[in-house]
Amino acid sequence: MESAVQVERAGINLKPGGRVSDDTALQTPVEAGKTVGIIAVDDPIFSCRDVDVFYGEKHAIKKVGIDIARNQVLAMIGPSGCGKSTFLRCLNRMNDTIAGARVEGKILLDGKDIHDKRRDVVQLRARVGMVFQKPNPFPKSIYENVAYGPRIHGLAGDRVELDEIVHGSLQRAGLWEEVKDRLQQPGTSLSGGQQQRLCIARTIAVNPEVILMDEPCSALDPIATARIEDLMEELRQSYAIVIVTHSMQQAARVSQRTAYFHLGDLIEVGETDRIFTNPRHKLTEDYITGRFG
Amino acid sequence: MNSTNKPRKTPQETQAIVERSLSRRYWAERRFRLYGLAAVTAGMLFLVYLFFVIFSNGMGAFRQTQVRLPVYFDPAIIAPEGQRDIESLRAADYPALIRAALKAKFPEVEGRAATRELTRLISGSASFDLQQMVVGDPGIIGTTEEIWLLGSDAVDLMAKGRVERDVPEDQRPLSDTQMGYFDKLESEGALALKFNANFLTGGDSREPEKAGIWGAVVGSFYTLVLTLLLSFPIGVATAVYLEEFAVRNRWTDLIEVNINNLAAVPSIVFGLLGLAVFIGFFGLPRSAPLVGALVLTLLTLPTIIIASRAALKAVPPSIREAALGMGASKIQTVAHHVLPLAMPGMLTGTIIGMARALGESAPLLMIGMVAFIVDIPQGFTDAATALPVQVFLWSDSPERGFMEKTSGAIIVLLAFLVVMNTAAVILRKRFERRW
Ligand SMILES: Nc1ncnc2c1ncn2[C@@H]1O[C@H](COP(=O)(O)OP(=O)(O)OP(=O)(O)O)[C@@H](O)[C@H]1O
Ligand SMILES: [Mg+2]
Repeated sequence: MESAVQVERAGINLKPGGRVSDDTALQTPVEAGKTVGIIAVDDPIFSCRDVDVFYGEKHAIKKVGIDIARNQVLAMIGPSGCGKSTFLRCLNRMNDTIAGARVEGKILLDGKDIHDKRRDVVQLRARVGMVFQKPNPFPKSIYENVAYGPRIHGLAGDRVELDEIVHGSLQRAGLWEEVKDRLQQPGTSLSGGQQQRLCIARTIAVNPEVILMDEPCSALDPIATARIEDLMEELRQSYAIVIVTHSMQQAARVSQRTAYFHLGDLIEVGETDRIFTNPRHKLTEDYITGRFG
Repeated sequence: MNSTNKPRKTPQETQAIVERSLSRRYWAERRFRLYGLAAVTAGMLFLVYLFFVIFSNGMGAFRQTQVRLPVYFDPAIIAPEGQRDIESLRAADYPALIRAALKAKFPEVEGRAATRELTRLISGSASFDLQQMVVGDPGIIGTTEEIWLLGSDAVDLMAKGRVERDVPEDQRPLSDTQMGYFDKLESEGALALKFNANFLTGGDSREPEKAGIWGAVVGSFYTLVLTLLLSFPIGVATAVYLEEFAVRNRWTDLIEVNINNLAAVPSIVFGLLGLAVFIGFFGLPRSAPLVGALVLTLLTLPTIIIASRAALKAVPPSIREAALGMGASKIQTVAHHVLPLAMPGMLTGTIIGMARALGESAPLLMIGMVAFIVDIPQGFTDAATALPVQVFLWSDSPERGFMEKTSGAIIVLLAFLVVMNTAAVILRKRFERRW
């Protein structure tokens, strides 16, 4: 299915040097920009090439190229500090807000560069929603938390419509039953896991096309986790989802493609089944078999 | 595997070491608490002493000695030709009415010098009160009324016991003869300490018994309202810009350093600046609350900016990220999420700045708010003075009667401060309730 030819079709100008290698043997060397597996997909929503991120002097992401498919969940795995969050934040330009952070390379959303001067970052972030690693509800009521996005983007015509959006979003995030009687209480009064689901509800309330989730389930119990995973499966029908996770089982359960990061390098990308059954890079194999470090 | 040769301690040994250090740690904690308690107690004692002194001195300012006299509104003195128009009623010789009333009370007094000594018991401004009565109700002419007249400052001092009566005559404000009149009035119950409404509602005066604080209160009020209206928005806007929008470079560093420097500049320098720029260059009126407010704005801005920036810094970055991640624009993020959280801190900074502005006298001296002003200011450009300047003016006056007025003015200043801080605390509470 995946082939280098399709890269051309996707309209991306691939420079020679071939990031796409399909050797079957286990590979060991790590070289910036040399990713094992097929990074390109058909009709991608996001298409990243040669992405570098610097925090001052620190080179946090090195020549990463990867496509993100529509109606799929892409899981990003890798050891702590390898740059998963950093890469995720490139996709909605949240790195812009960090002083000293510099992003280089091409990131195309629907074929258009998100760093284009004419591109509006506010609109980008409305299209590409984000759930952060640490739950960060607004210090406002539960209702206001969810209603905030629709309100600033003018998505609801009247109060009734807004109520519907809030209700629907909380329902889909699996939080409605727990909070329906306390919508006016502060969002910060919820438990950690509830807060995270509130953040998810807040994000889906604005109907983004892509949802970036940075370890959304790290504070959740298995039941809530299962609910979020169901939600992802449901959302996938209409959106693209990128999820960072430390749980290999979760990556295997929810994602269709998996990307393995290591010290700022994108080591290997591929279909999730393939990555977990037949990793081609030594580092990937070590990590998923728990031999890392 | 162990790189050191020392054997590891057993848990029992570790416990023993911890236990030995425990008492030392507890003792350190107790000592620290003791120091804190001592410091707080010392501070409280000073405060109590200060309040005691100010209140025991200043409460007298709220009561003034008055003398009851039967005053005959003699038509022959007020309106010899029977005229009733305001102009001639105003121009009548009211001190003569008081003289006549005193003479009726003390018929034994003969001669001009003795009469003058007698009239010194009554304040020079008492005739003004009579004039007001007559102008207000001309029907009073021809009747006799028992009227409480304002006693002179000398009578007031004696009545309040500020001066011992057995000191030598030349150290007393009243001579022996006058003491005789004084005692007679007192024994007749015609001498009383009454609530001094004029102190709270009147303007300044050369005579201590007539001097009031209201002019200075209004002056301070106008000045502070304008200072608040100018410095709060400018200060908050500056802080928000520097903290949330400005890129960090040499210019912003320079601005930051200079703001910190400005906070340390002696206030009199701001006064000189105001004199040169606002009065000298822009030609704004002297002694006006407008200029005072401009100078005090310069003075309080650094405080407000520094406090506001600290408040903004204390807002967790995750809140900003959350809002930006939702697609809020920068200004929406600040207005909807950051400012409400930073507001209590900003208000605290503003109150500290305003309290400082309320207590400042040096810069106001420079721009002429130190003038002797009897009229209550009616607007931002009228000549005015301010409470601390009034304290300064009165404390500098030679008349002994002004001593308690000074303390009285300090009490009013403190009350002003308490009202302001209470308002601030209420405001803060309202903002804080929004989690
Ligand atoms: N704001 C920052 N300033 C400087 N360095 C940063 C910053 N944020 C991240 N880094 C560095 O960039 C590297 C990648 O960080 P990142 O947060 O992307 O890791 P991660 O893969 O998300 O790790 P984890 O799984 O622990 O969340 C790390 O070495 C980190 O120290
Ligand atoms: Mg992370």
